[in-house]
This record gives sequence, structure tokens and C-alpha cells, in this order.
Amino acid sequence: MILEFCKKMFGKSLWLFHTNCGACNGCDIEVIDVLTPYYDVERFGMKLVGSPRHADALVISGSVSRQVAPALRRLYEATADPKVVIAVGACAVGGNIWFDTYSVLGGADKVVPVNMYIPGCPPRPEAIVYGAALALGLVPKKVASRQEQHLPSGFSLDDYLARYSEGDAKAEEAGIAK
Amino acid sequence: MFRAKFKEAVICFGAGRVTLPYPFEPVEVPPKFRGKIEFDARKCIGCGGCANVCPPRCIVIEDIGELTRITFKLDRCIQCARCYEVCPEDAIQISHQFETATPQKSDLTSEMVVWMSSCQRCGRCFETDNAIDAFSSKRWRGRGPGDENKHGIFPASTGATTLMWPGRDFMRPESLVREGEPKP
Repeated sequence: MILEFCKKMFGKSLWLFHTNCGACNGCDIEVIDVLTPYYDVERFGMKLVGSPRHADALVISGSVSRQVAPALRRLYEATADPKVVIAVGACAVGGNIWFDTYSVLGGADKVVPVNMYIPGCPPRPEAIVYGAALALGLVPKKVASRQEQHLPSGFSLDDYLARYSEGDAKAEEAGIAK
Repeated sequence: MFRAKFKEAVICFGAGRVTLPYPFEPVEVPPKFRGKIEFDARKCIGCGGCANVCPPRCIVIEDIGELTRITFKLDRCIQCARCYEVCPEDAIQISHQFETATPQKSDLTSEMVVWMSSCQRCGRCFETDNAIDAFSSKRWRGRGPGDENKHGIFPASTGATTLMWPGRDFMRPESLVREGEPKP
């Protein structure tokens, strides 16, 4: 009973520690926006704290640069277990336009395990609120991977791919450049 | 001083509720809002314009013989809508969907596979006059299935096309003809 009581009381009070790992400040402004009375993510029990030791969740914005990667790793280790990592913005999710740059690792998930991805450049404050609500289980997930094909009827894609690789092998044998 | 505080309190009470009831009620976005991009494989002609202009290169285009696979890695999409602007067939549309948060990154990757072999307008295969034109024209796949063309150039993946189309069939497969177009 005490356990259930604790779950009810503490289950939804995530304390956030916000880190900028090389962001342009766009996402940071949106994160601050979310904490204002207009969007008010504090009604879900979330608030910013000043130390990772007090935090339950890390909010990472910015494509993680090489310089900041060890610091982010240490920050992750300093956060008390159990912890949640939320990547905010296209940079932290997939690296944005710097995904393959030499000085950037391209995404927070290259350094620390990420539990919630919130894409957007920057994401709308509503999108961040949605991500927070999704993490708390208040709303359903709305995005899914999609595979669309436009092929002639009776066309088997797997067969074609198999034959294609066969054809490639034949062309290689015959010395024809692809 | 107390009067000022009292006034402030009255103003605060008068303001009512300012917080958006957002996650429990849907919210309107501005009319020109650029959200998640949506694609339609039935309209795509595989020209690759979207992949060409995409700043974060989140649209990746691959040639597999006579197929074109277009992968949308929306995890790094910056919603600039340039793909929407260049698309000649309106195969890419901008939706108002901004609720794209997900616990799995794989949810943000989509792909479409498009059959490319024949001209999507006339239903016939391309044939250009000289070899240089042929190489510079995009999506050119040779003259006939499995045939060496008249300039001695092999289409990509000769073996595959031979196996796929045993006879010469320049016509576009009927299942690919769009509505409102004359049948080949």
C-alpha cells in the first residue's frame, strides 16, 4: 500500500536538468517557454533543478560536439538512478545538418541512451509538452514508420532485390562497371 | 502599498485561466505552419529534387536497378519545406503534425519504393539521341529491358532486368497508369 501511495505521489514529479550540448539556443528558448505559465509543464510536476544530482531527467539540446561529449557522459553518470534522458530538437535527436561533421558526434544517443526523442528545429512548445505528456503516459503516440511502395501488380520486391544482386554479380564477372 | 497589491490581486483574478489545456485538448497551429512532411508514392516520379535540396540530407535516394528507394530520415528534418517547394508532382506535402515525439528513433524513418523504368508521363522508355545526353538525363535506365542500347551502353543491372522482363515491353504497366490518363 505504501508502495502504491509512493507511486501515486512521486510517479509524475520529474525534475529536469537542462543541458546545452552545442545548441543554437533555439531549443533552449522553447524549453524555457514550456516552463512559463502559458504552457506550464509544472502542472505535471516537472521543474528545472540546478544540479544533476537532484534531477530525474536530463533534457539534452544540441548536436553533441566532441568537446562536450565526455562532459555529457559524466553528467549522465552523475544523475541518480533511475533516470530518463529526453533529447529535444533535431540536433539532439539526429544531428541536424551537422550529423556527419567532423567536430560533432551527431545526436545525444551516440553518447548516452535516450528515452524520449522530440524532433523539430526547434520543436514547438506544444511538441515538447506533448513529449513530456507521452513520457508520462497521458497521450498516445502519434508517429510511426511508414513503408510505401508503388510497383506493378504481381511484382515481388524481395525477388527483384535478389535478382538485382545476382545481376550485379554477373555484371561484375563480365567486367561491366555498374 | 496595500492598495497597489489589492489592485494587482484584482487584475490577477480577472485574468482567469491563461494556461493552455494543451495535452488534453487539441491545439490550433498557424495556417502556414510547417510540420512533419508526408509523401505519396503514387505521385512520386523519383526525380530526386527533394534529396538534392534537403539541407540536413534527411531524404536519401538510392537506385536499385529500375527501382528507386527514397528514405526519409525525419529525425534530423528541420522542417524547412524546401522538398515541398521543389516537388514538381506535389508528392511531398507539409502536414500540420507537430506531435512527433517518440520513444523509438526508428519511428522517424520512413521509406518509399517507386518503380522507375518507364516515363511516367507517356508510358514509354526514354531514348535519347546520343550517349552524352543519355548519361546526363536523370533516371535514364537504358533503352529496353536487358538490352544493350544502340550506343553500346548497358543499362544498370543488366542481369536483373533480363530476368524481370523477358520480352520487350516498352509500355508502362497498367497498374501504374494514373487516374484520368489514357491507357497505353
